[in-house]
Amino acid sequence: MSDAIVSIRNVTKAFPGGVTAVDNVSLDIAQNEFFALLGPSGCGKTTLRRMISGLETPTSGQIVIGGEDMAFTPPNKRPTNMVFQSYAVFPHMTVEQNVGYGLKVTGVATDEIRRRVGEALDMVKLTALAARKPDQMSGGQRQRVALARALVKRPKVLLLDEPLSALDAKLRDDMRMELTRLQETVGITFIIVTHDQDEALSMASRIAVMDKGAVQQVATPAELYEHPRSRFVADFIGKVNLIDARVHRQIGRKIDCELKGVGRMELASDGLVGGQVAVAVRPEKLKIAIAEPASAIRVQGRVRDVAYYGDTSHVVIEAADGLDLSVNVQNDTRLGGSGVERGQTVWVHWAPEDSIVLTE
Amino acid sequence: MENWKQNPRVFWTLGIPPSVWLLAFFIIPLGFLFVMSFSDKAIVDGQVSITGYDYLTGFTNYIRAFDPLYLGIMWKSVWISALATALCLLTAYPIAFGICFAKDKWKPLLLLLVVLPFWINLLIRTYALIAVFRTQGYLNKILGWVGLGPYEMLYNNFAVVFGLVYVYMPFMVLPLYATIERLDKSYLEASLDLGGSQFQTFMRVTVPLTMPGIVSGVILVFIPCLGSFLTPDLLGGANALMIGNVIERQFKAANDWPFGAALSFLLMYATFGALALRYLFSLRSKGVDV
Amino acid sequence: MAARLKPGQGPLDYGSRLWLRLLFAAIFFVLYAPIITLVAFSFNTDKRGVVWRGFTLDNYARAWNNASLIEALTNSLVIAVIATVFATVLGALTALLMWRFRFPLKGAYEGFMALPIVIPEICMGVALLLFFVNSGMMEFFVHMPWPLNLGNIIFAHVTFCFPFVAVVVRSRLVGFNRQLEEASKDLGASEWQTFWSIIVPFMKPGLIAGALLAFTLSLDDFVITFFTSGPETVTFPVKVYSLVRRGVSPEINAASTVLIVITVVATVLAMKLQAPPRADKG
Ligand SMILES: Nc1ncnc2c1ncn2[C@@H]1O[C@H](COP(=O)(O)OP(=O)(O)OP(=O)(O)O)[C@@H](O)[C@H]1O
Ligand SMILES: [Mg+2]
Repeated sequence: MSDAIVSIRNVTKAFPGGVTAVDNVSLDIAQNEFFALLGPSGCGKTTLRRMISGLETPTSGQIVIGGEDMAFTPPNKRPTNMVFQSYAVFPHMTVEQNVGYGLKVTGVATDEIRRRVGEALDMVKLTALAARKPDQMSGGQRQRVALARALVKRPKVLLLDEPLSALDAKLRDDMRMELTRLQETVGITFIIVTHDQDEALSMASRIAVMDKGAVQQVATPAELYEHPRSRFVADFIGKVNLIDARVHRQIGRKIDCELKGVGRMELASDGLVGGQVAVAVRPEKLKIAIAEPASAIRVQGRVRDVAYYGDTSHVVIEAADGLDLSVNVQNDTRLGGSGVERGQTVWVHWAPEDSIVLTE
Repeated sequence: MENWKQNPRVFWTLGIPPSVWLLAFFIIPLGFLFVMSFSDKAIVDGQVSITGYDYLTGFTNYIRAFDPLYLGIMWKSVWISALATALCLLTAYPIAFGICFAKDKWKPLLLLLVVLPFWINLLIRTYALIAVFRTQGYLNKILGWVGLGPYEMLYNNFAVVFGLVYVYMPFMVLPLYATIERLDKSYLEASLDLGGSQFQTFMRVTVPLTMPGIVSGVILVFIPCLGSFLTPDLLGGANALMIGNVIERQFKAANDWPFGAALSFLLMYATFGALALRYLFSLRSKGVDV
Repeated sequence: MAARLKPGQGPLDYGSRLWLRLLFAAIFFVLYAPIITLVAFSFNTDKRGVVWRGFTLDNYARAWNNASLIEALTNSLVIAVIATVFATVLGALTALLMWRFRFPLKGAYEGFMALPIVIPEICMGVALLLFFVNSGMMEFFVHMPWPLNLGNIIFAHVTFCFPFVAVVVRSRLVGFNRQLEEASKDLGASEWQTFWSIIVPFMKPGLIAGALLAFTLSLDDFVITFFTSGPETVTFPVKVYSLVRRGVSPEINAASTVLIVITVVATVLAMKLQAPPRADKG
């Protein structure tokens, strides 16, 4: 990618003591992107972020920022800025001093500092608190200080580590929208690090899913959800029914396979496959029918559990061979709810194109 | 914690012995000293008595302490202590800082190495320094190999300052270590991330945030320096008297106990002043001590 | 600062910075070189001491045969042992009092207990001298047979040692789970039984550490002893002081080395014993 602002090439980070936190990762992050590093706890995303900001150096590999390899450039010489998970707002400085700090240490003129700090505080709506000390502020306000402090530097890349994790639910929604809005107005590349898929899916334009130090897939939120490339990604992003399947043969871009508990069918699949695969179907793609449906893929089972969530109901159906299928039913009338009850025998069916064949 | 009234018998059993001891061998002696500081030697038959005193005669001893000669010595004690404290801070900060950022398995050993000399007899350590610095000492021997010296390095202010730094440096390391260890390192990372150089980060973030430890360490070193007797006595000789040496003279050679008592109290007031300063700092920096 | 970092080195990995390592080495060198030289030259054959001429134990033999030195050392050890016993008891009582009870003016009381720690040694020394002379204790003890003639020094040492013991023991007690005490009383043990069977065993590491601290403090004290000792009752540091004033001699090196070994062993032991409470708190 030629317009990549951050280009991570074969980066490995092994800590002394034998943990390989980041394992041969390559990633390109484009100018102006809202990029997310998503993965379960301990997958190495914080380590990767620290290497981008220069607080850690890779064991090997390159980190190109703005066209220059900066893998071993100290953090104060990089065009990146961070919003720390703990905010790290300096407790001995006022809000204004905190926001101005990064300008002051790089020798920006006092007038200019005052102007830019004013703008930045305006942007995060903290003008009224400019003279406060951090210990007189809430967590949300402190986070805004951290945000303003980083944005005022006009970095090429802004890194945010778990930006919403310490906020309560209401504040989290506000902040999520605010971050998206800010990213659009300032036109800076944002990279957020999170283990919360909702956070990543709702804000990011592209997401890298990491597991055990390696990048599993990089794609837009919709692509990740609808076209996960591995069991891990399918399972990690949203809910999914994973059905084991045995491949009999391959016919062009299709496979002839036997789904455990469902039956034999032909499904579309890219690439060569053989032996065991998994077929993933999202719960909302499954339909429930009382009478036997005409659909190509159908299976009969007993309703084991119905959970009512207001807008949807989650139904678990027990089919043959110990196969459990989760189905999300839209409660689109006020009458019925899911329309099924526990112990009832029903049919579950779905369209073949909603099946995702996973080889990894 | 229970109220003492719930169990007065246990309370008094625990409380009386140490309190009585402290009263008898500390408070009362200080009382004697206090009274003595306001007394004068008795005049018997027109002659100054050696052992008799007129008690509580007034402030003459304190007034005498403000004689330029003694003011000069007090001033010198203050600046020598201040200089020694500053040098302690300059050497102890990197040590404490380095230990905090050392690998965990090294920390206890490094700390032990710092505090161990502190446990070795002060006199022995001072003696060891004398052996190094005296005119026929090791340092002059080594300098002699490269054709320098010998220099007279003992019995001057420099020797006293060096001795004080040598002796009290561990006092400085411990409080500094404790605060730097507690300092959240993400503040330093944030500063670097925002473009601050290592030096700027140190001056504008690390130092202000570890100020409570610095204040503690400074006071902890300054107090014993100010009251030191042995180091100036052995390393400074007659050329580098400090207030402690003057006090000692009044009680030994000069046999002027009332004046010595007054000087002792002045020294104690200075000590309490330093402690009060530390207390004020601890109040002020409460919010910062993260 | 170097413009670039090394692979695997973070900007805060000061431990791997050469300048800091060199500074550490330099400071530790300055700290230890005089002491190590002192110890090394206690084995030197040369009487004048500056040049290494060969290994010998003669200095130790001479120190051993120097009756006044040995007497001083014996005095010091006797004083340290007796003072340690008293200081440990008084310190433990203080610690228990502060740990267990709420009482009016506790803050002030605590401040008083800390006074012997903070006031300049020389002030305490002269105050005690004045007190011993004026109360007649000096006169009284000086003429007693050994070891009673060390009485004044022992009183003085207990006074400055026990507040230190109190601090150490109290920091140990803070980690005590009071439910153990309640459980013991609940099971029918008396106050006294509970104290001996539950609290004392828990305090033990603190008591030992405190006792070792008192022991080294007493053994090391020069200033206060200097003022409270009579002409006949010389302690080791006071003796060394008078020798040092006369000049440097390998004999002092030998005697000092013995004292260094004693205190270092005591200190390392004390530290070992103090380590566990920190571990189970953290
Ligand atoms: N300084 C370090 N020394 C040794 N191992 C480390 C260090 N920092 C992180 N690790 C290890 O590297 C792995 C990745 O850690 P990292 O902090 O990058 O995970 P993460 O994806 O951010 O997880 P979380 O969501 O819990 O923050 C973990 O196994 C961790 O234990
Ligand atoms: Mg993390």
